[in-house]
Amino acid sequence: MAQNGEHKHPRYWFIFLWLAVLTAIEIGVAIPEYSTVIKAILLIGLACGKAFLVAAYFMHLKLEKRTLSAIVITPFLICVFLVIMLIPDLTTDARHNAIDKPAEKVQETTPH
Amino acid sequence: MEQVTTLEHTEDVYEPSLTPDSLGKLGMWVFLIGDTMSFGALLAAYAALRGGAGAIGWVPPSEILGIELTAFMTFLLICSSVTMVKALESIQKGNVGRMCDFLGLTILGGIIFLGLQAYEWTHLIKHGLTLTGIPDHGLTGAAISGSTLFGPTFYAITGFHGLHVTGGVIYLIVILRNGWSGRYTAEFNHEVEIVGLYWHFVDLIWIMVFTFIYLL
Repeated sequence: MAQNGEHKHPRYWFIFLWLAVLTAIEIGVAIPEYSTVIKAILLIGLACGKAFLVAAYFMHLKLEKRTLSAIVITPFLICVFLVIMLIPDLTTDARHNAIDKPAEKVQETTPH
Repeated sequence: MEQVTTLEHTEDVYEPSLTPDSLGKLGMWVFLIGDTMSFGALLAAYAALRGGAGAIGWVPPSEILGIELTAFMTFLLICSSVTMVKALESIQKGNVGRMCDFLGLTILGGIIFLGLQAYEWTHLIKHGLTLTGIPDHGLTGAAISGSTLFGPTFYAITGFHGLHVTGGVIYLIVILRNGWSGRYTAEFNHEVEIVGLYWHFVDLIWIMVFTFIYLL
């Protein structure tokens, strides 16, 4: 890298500017009140964009072998999979009903 | 002569490294991949607990934390990331003095970040957000039921990240001391690049933590 990467180095201040602008946009997106789903998609998208900029340019993944990039992306995909597996728990109301009204549940299900 | 050709042949069958210029770099990448899973699991657990708490069961994080201070902390880490990369660029051009200056700025950024986090934590604890308690934020009765897990998850995740920053600051100080004693040159600077990988990773994780805990 020291010998062959000299001219290939990205313009770091330019990347820095992008990161700062994306952070400002994130805050602009987060403050107003509107649909949580749209907000979540926008914010996660922006965060992934920032993470990509840091990994690709600051950590020089773009200059490394592509196999390394593939290996590095794997844990992120596993984390996404983990969240997808947890979604049924986030969306179902059954658990909350059980927590809120335990006594009623017991009465309903008790055979006479 | 015969022996030389045999040696060359042996060299040829070696599998090329993923990071040919430094094995240490590969080691750091492997560590960071594992660390990604730690933070990924913590954030997924946070999401599950928050979802499980219901729409009104979670203390709205922005109401008690305030977004300005954390936004500044995010900006600070981005700044320290860019000074880190400038430090590496300087040493690759053989400029040791400039590298030390930029490393010093990076360390300063890390220390200010930790100071702000300490300030934030004291502030939150004073407002009643502890491992078992919830802050006084105007909501009453059923609206706050099931929300006591915000404290533990918040402190676990930001604390784990703060621990990484602390480790990074110590790591950077060691590298800066080596730099002062003239260890690094335009040809030998992999250690600076490796500490950079760690530091950028800490920044990257904070980007995620900022999004999931403070903004969402």
